[in-house]
Amino acid sequence: MEYKDEKLVEEKVFKDPVHRYIHVRDKVIWDVIGTSEFQRLRRIKQLGTTYLVFHGAEHSRFHHSLGVYEIVRRIIDDGFSGRPEWNNEERLVTMCAALLHDLGHGPFSHAFEKVFDLDHEQFTQAILLGDTEVNAVLRRVAPDFPQKVADIIGKTYPDKLVVSLISSQIDADRMDYLQRDAYFTGVSYGHFDMERILRVMRPTEEQAVIKYSGMHAVEDYIMSRYQMYWQVYFHPVSRSAEVILTKILHRAKQLHASGYIFKQEPTHFHSFFDKTFVLEDYIALDENILMTYFQIWMKEEDAILSDLCYRFINRRLFQYAEFDPATEYRKIGELEQLFKEAGIDPAYYLVTDSSSDLPYDFYGPGEENERLPIYLQMKNGDLSELSRSSDVVDAISGKRRTDHKIYFPEDVLEAGKAKNPLYGRILHMLKG
Amino acid sequence: MLQEHARIVQFISMANEVTGRKKLQKMIYIAKKMNFPFAEKYELHMYGPYSEELTLRIEELCAMGFLAERCTDKGSYVQYSYRVTGEGEGFLEMADDAHAMLGTCIDSMNAKSSRFLELVSTLLYFDQLDKDEQIAKVLIVKSKLNFTVEEMTAAFEFISEMQTYAVQ
Repeated sequence: MEYKDEKLVEEKVFKDPVHRYIHVRDKVIWDVIGTSEFQRLRRIKQLGTTYLVFHGAEHSRFHHSLGVYEIVRRIIDDGFSGRPEWNNEERLVTMCAALLHDLGHGPFSHAFEKVFDLDHEQFTQAILLGDTEVNAVLRRVAPDFPQKVADIIGKTYPDKLVVSLISSQIDADRMDYLQRDAYFTGVSYGHFDMERILRVMRPTEEQAVIKYSGMHAVEDYIMSRYQMYWQVYFHPVSRSAEVILTKILHRAKQLHASGYIFKQEPTHFHSFFDKTFVLEDYIALDENILMTYFQIWMKEEDAILSDLCYRFINRRLFQYAEFDPATEYRKIGELEQLFKEAGIDPAYYLVTDSSSDLPYDFYGPGEENERLPIYLQMKNGDLSELSRSSDVVDAISGKRRTDHKIYFPEDVLEAGKAKNPLYGRILHMLKG
Repeated sequence: MLQEHARIVQFISMANEVTGRKKLQKMIYIAKKMNFPFAEKYELHMYGPYSEELTLRIEELCAMGFLAERCTDKGSYVQYSYRVTGEGEGFLEMADDAHAMLGTCIDSMNAKSSRFLELVSTLLYFDQLDKDEQIAKVLIVKSKLNFTVEEMTAAFEFISEMQTYAVQ
């Protein structure tokens, strides 16, 4: 029997709080899960700094990756299999892509990528195609199999239906993370009837579509997504932690560039500071390693680095104030000047941050935008874009909500305002 | 602070006007690939490399009154043009000085069609591949656009020209 068709003697299951069980029968899937690059995802949290607000949010990208795999497996085996629009030759490659879609995420992904100018999607491609354990497993299926998996994740695979299962406005990735993040944060948003959506999902040549009778379940999914973004993902306190984390990495990078001698050499970071990293350096990193450095750096001589690390480790986060860039951008310049005069470096202690989300959007002809809409399959087989049938979705379609905040160390300013009147002036400008 | 917003306003100011959202997306992407300091993250979408962050930034800048968006009905589609407003010129005080070659780079790109820039930016998206593989990828992901051999040749020539303006 060919490796691609090999089944485990007995089905393996992972107990899962969201999907109850993750079922694995394919030998290839089992072998991929066992690779060191996939196991590394256990050491990278799904929601980064969110655990500092919602203490339950300690779940990892390993959990989520298994969840996306399970949803895709159910879509194919319980929904698409046997339908003429679905080519079952794509089953294994689609499930591998689902399992591996987040493989290249690094520790505290967003902040790390921003500071070191990296892209986790490029690392996903590099791990799939490089000299790695994952690549060795996938190559046993066929020499071009790793490239096929990489193409699905990179959205360059010729079969658009397959791509849409992993990456579209109603894909397995979102369906898993909304439910999983809701479960682990403990919020009451984020829940929707996924079983119903999977039952009414239909394959077409270009993408998966939803049978008309499932419209209300999809409405619930869109609203769940909307709520989760504003209540969880953009929570201002979590953003404050992210701001401090980003500034820690910036400070360490700047100190290295200036020739500063660290008490504990940051060997894991050297190749990132110098932009000489190779894939092995990236795979060697995880959040445990970064947290260890942050602990050690609390004892550094550099006052800014040690303070920022103390703040992050002990949750002494920055305070925030609302900020309207359109009318207040000049105020930022004034504040930066005041911070300098007060002896507080604004590059690390005065930070603007924006959050924005578009809950659902549709593609019109010409250059409206680049998002593939969700289609409903009507009784006569025609496809109709979701917002044309749903008043609820129509009400939020194309409507972007943006929120700007400015972060600052209120604790320092409050403690010092009696001695230094500039501190009081800064506080007055920030808080009114 | 707000540097990333200011750089976009500066870019459009240097172009005087950019016609087409798709064109603006591709111009910033190409400039970014030439190492000019743009922070917007791109992914491959329907029309080639596309940045949600850039779309958001443009919308914000319009809402702030720093950019003016003009909408023209072209029959089968609507075309958007962008210019910097008087208020936006004031905001430009926030921006660092632009790199000396950015203006030349912008002028060359602005003279091209959005279809051509779509081809150039998609080729650049696959620039880690060999030339033949780059072309093969573009023909897969852009199969409906039927790019000709002449267009491919012109696109590679254009990339070479752009690379002479690149930040080293």
